[in-house]
Amino acid sequence: MANLTPDLERERVKIEKAARDAGLDCFDTVFELVTYDQLNQIAAYGGFPVRYPHWRFGMEYESLSKSYEYGLSKIYELVINNDPCYAYLMEGNEFLDQKLVMAHVFGHCDFFKNNYWFSPTNRKMMDNMANHATRVRRYMDRYGVEAVENFIDLCLSLENLIDRFSPYTPKKIVEPPRSSSDEDEEQFDQQQAHRPDGRLKVHRGYMDSYINPPEFLAEQQRRMAERNERSGVFPEKPEKDVLNFLLHYAPLKPWQQDILSIVREESYYFSPQGMTKIMNEGWASYWHSKILTEKIMDDSEIIDFADRHSGTMAMSPTSFNPYKVGIELFRNIEERWNKGQFGKEWEECQDLSAKKAWDKKTGRGREKIFEVRKHYNDVTFIDEFLTEDFCVEHRMFVYKFNKRTGQYEVDTRDFKAIKKKFLFQLTNFGQPIISVVDANHNNRGELLLTHLFEGVEMQPDYMQETMKNLFAIWSRPVAVATVLDGDPKIVSFDGTEFKHQSLSNLPVGDQNKPEDPK
Amino acid sequence: MGIREDHSRFRDIVRGRIKQNFKKYVTHGEMIGKRENDYVKIPIPSIDVPRFKYGPKQSGGVGQGQGQSGDAVDGEEQPGQGQAGDTPGEHLLEADISLEELADILGEELALPRILPKGHKAVESKMTKYNGRSRVGPDSLRHFKASYKEALKRSISAGLYNPEDPIVVPIRRDMRFRSFRTAVKPQANAVVIYMMDVSGSMGDEQKEIVRLESFWINTWLRRNYKGLETRFIIHDAAAKEVDEKTFFSTSESGGTLISSAYKLCKKIIDEEYPLNEWNIYPFHFSDGDNWSGEDTRLCVKLLKEYFLPHVNMFGYGQVESKYGSGQFLKDLEKAFPEDERLVISRIENRDKIIQSIKDFLGKGR
Repeated sequence: MANLTPDLERERVKIEKAARDAGLDCFDTVFELVTYDQLNQIAAYGGFPVRYPHWRFGMEYESLSKSYEYGLSKIYELVINNDPCYAYLMEGNEFLDQKLVMAHVFGHCDFFKNNYWFSPTNRKMMDNMANHATRVRRYMDRYGVEAVENFIDLCLSLENLIDRFSPYTPKKIVEPPRSSSDEDEEQFDQQQAHRPDGRLKVHRGYMDSYINPPEFLAEQQRRMAERNERSGVFPEKPEKDVLNFLLHYAPLKPWQQDILSIVREESYYFSPQGMTKIMNEGWASYWHSKILTEKIMDDSEIIDFADRHSGTMAMSPTSFNPYKVGIELFRNIEERWNKGQFGKEWEECQDLSAKKAWDKKTGRGREKIFEVRKHYNDVTFIDEFLTEDFCVEHRMFVYKFNKRTGQYEVDTRDFKAIKKKFLFQLTNFGQPIISVVDANHNNRGELLLTHLFEGVEMQPDYMQETMKNLFAIWSRPVAVATVLDGDPKIVSFDGTEFKHQSLSNLPVGDQNKPEDPK
Repeated sequence: MGIREDHSRFRDIVRGRIKQNFKKYVTHGEMIGKRENDYVKIPIPSIDVPRFKYGPKQSGGVGQGQGQSGDAVDGEEQPGQGQAGDTPGEHLLEADISLEELADILGEELALPRILPKGHKAVESKMTKYNGRSRVGPDSLRHFKASYKEALKRSISAGLYNPEDPIVVPIRRDMRFRSFRTAVKPQANAVVIYMMDVSGSMGDEQKEIVRLESFWINTWLRRNYKGLETRFIIHDAAAKEVDEKTFFSTSESGGTLISSAYKLCKKIIDEEYPLNEWNIYPFHFSDGDNWSGEDTRLCVKLLKEYFLPHVNMFGYGQVESKYGSGQFLKDLEKAFPEDERLVISRIENRDKIIQSIKDFLGKGR
C-alpha cells in the first residue's frame, strides 16, 4: 500500500528504528504519499478514505481547499488511530517536513496504542467507517437521499450528547441493535411496547384503529401511568448517554436506529482524541523534536527545523496551543523527575534558591513520562502536572469577555484561577454536560433533559435549533432545564413554539450530580 | 471519491440558502462591492449543525502572552496545525458564486424568460479549435504522445519491441499531428445604455436604487448575451457621457431636460452600434420631473420615431423622491398605452426593486 519514494522510504526506516530504540511502541504504521487535493479530501473525512455521504464533509473540504489555495493553511500531517496506523504525507512538501511529520506520527501512534483512554476504541475503524458508508448508502438507495441526510443532520446535532466515560465502565455499554431485518422487527416491537403512548405495533396502517382502538389506548395509558407512578421516574438515574437512550426508547424506524447507532459509534471513536488533545500533541511533538535533533537531521537542516517547529508551537493570546502546552509539560515532567523535584520534601521546601538548585540525580524522567502517557488524560494531566512555576514561566493568564468594552480582556494571572479555567475548558471536551432525567415529563411522555450548570450558559439560538432536532427524534415535546440570562429555567418545545418556565432552583443541584472520575 | 458528491450536496445547500435569502441580497448593496472578476462573494447565514454548546461571549479561556489584568487580548487566529478527528471549527461562510450562477438564480426566482436575441441580426463568430488528429501536418503541430503510441503499437505488432531495451523508432507513418476544426458559433452582442437624471432632486438613496437595479440588469443580460457593453449618460439640462464610477457619484443641481439624454443616446447608437448587429437596451432612470411639457413632447417623439422601432426594449424607471412630481411617467403612459417595447416601472423604495427588475426583464425581449 505504501507508496513512498525510495528516499522517503529510507528515512522512514531510519526514523522508525530511532523511535523504537527510544522505547516507542507503535502499531505498524503505513505512510501514504498523497496530493494536496487527496489530502484535503481525507482530512475532510476526518482522516478516513471513506465515510458515509454527508454534505458536512463537502463543506469541510471546501474550506480546507480554499484556505490551502489561498495559502492560509496547509495540512502537514494526518494520522488515524487504527491498527495498522495510517498516516498521510503530502506530495511536494519539503523533505525535512516529511521527516518531521513521520517522527511526529510515530509519537501519535505510540500514544494511540498505549494510552489507556484509547484502549476501548475500535482499532479496525477504517473498515468500520467503510461499512458505515455502505449501510448509509444502502438506506439512501432505499429511502431517498433527502430523507436519510435529513435524519443524519438530526443525529449529528445530538452527536456530542454521549457519556464520555461510559466506555471505561464496561457494564454500562449497551450494544446498539444490529441489523438483520428480522431481529430489527423484533427489536422494534419491543420498542413499540416501550413507547410512551402504549400503542401496539401496527403492520398495516388501516389496521391501526382495530388494533389500537381508543378505549384500548386509554386503558394502556392508564396502566402506564399507574406503572410509572409505582416505579417513579424513568430513567432511574440521569442518563448522560442521551444518544443511547434515544436509540432504545425513541420511536425510530430500524434504519433510523441504525444511523443513530452509526453516529454514536463514531462519536465514541473520536472522543478520546478530544480527551487527550494536549497530551497527544505534546507527546508527538516531544518525540519529533527529540528524534529529529538527535538522530535524523544533519546540520544543514537545523534552521528549517527550528522554523517549522516554532511555527507549530506558536502561542496565541486567546487560546492555548495544545502542542506547546503539551510538549513543555512533558519536558517539565522529565526534568523534574530527572532531578527529583517531586514528593513531600520538594513540596514543603520553602527556600527558593535551594529549589532552584535542586538536583538529586534521580534520573527517572524518561520512565515517568512513559508512565504519564500510559495512564493520564488531559484533565488528570493538567490537574497533576500544571504547576505555578510553569504558569509563570509560560506567561499564562485567564481572559474573559468584558461586556462593557466588548472585548476579551486579561482577567488574572492567579495560578488557581488559571488551573480552574483550564480544567473547566477540558472537562467533557469543553461541552455542556447534559443528561436525560425524565422520559415521562409532566406525565405526558415528554422528554426532560438537564444541563449541569457550571457557570456558563448555553448559546440560546443553538440550543433552540438543537431542541427542534431532538423533538423530531423523540416526536413528543422536549424540555431542557438550564440557566438562561442568569435565571434557572425549563425551556420546552412542543413542535411549534418555545416556552420558558421559571425554576426556583435547578433540579440538577447536588442530589444527582453526575460522578466524574477526575 | 465520495467527496465530490458531498461537495456538490454542500453547494446545493449553499445555493438553496442564497435563493432563500435572495430578496435580501437584491435590495442590499453589500455584495455588489464584493465582486472579483466573474465572482461575487455572498455572506451566508452560517450553515452549521446546531448543538448544545456554550455561548462564546461569556466563556473566556486560558491564553498565553504579555499583558496586565484588564488589557485587551487580540483575537488572532491560532497558527499551527489541525489534527485528525478534531471537531471542525466555526464557519462563517462567504460563498463564491459566479455571476452566471447568480443570474440563473435571479432568473429562477423572478421567473424571467430567456431573451431571444433579434434573430437574423445575430453575428456569427468563427472559433478555431485544435482538437483533431491528422496524419499530415507541420512539425510544429506534431503530437508527440500520439505519435509515440503509434510507433509503439507498430513496433510491438512487428515484434521489434524489446522490453529489455525499449527503443522505439518512429517512422513517417507513425506521425500524428494536431489538426484544427472551425466551429461557427452564433454570437449576439448587446449594449445597455443607462441614462440617469442627476438633477438636484435625485438623492443618494435614489442613486443607490439605480445602482442596484443596473447591477441586476447587467447580470441578467450578461447571462443572455456573449458580449455585453455598458454605456452611461448623465443629464440635467444637458447630457454627457461618463464612466460607471462618475455615473453613480455625480450630483448636479440644474434643471432637467430629458430630451438631451435621449438625443445623446441616439447619437451614440447611430455612431457606434449598427442596429443590425446589436441588441440595444436603453434604460432611463429619473424622478419624473421634466422642465417643460414641450420637452416631454420631444421625448415622446424621439421614442416613437427612433427608439421603439429600433431597440429591443426601452426601460424607464421612475425612482420616487420627495421632490419629484412623477409627471413624466404619466405622460409616457398616456402616449404609449399599449406598447410592450416600452417598459415603465415605478420604484417607490428598495423593496420595490425586485418587482421593477421583473417588470423590465419579464418580457423576454
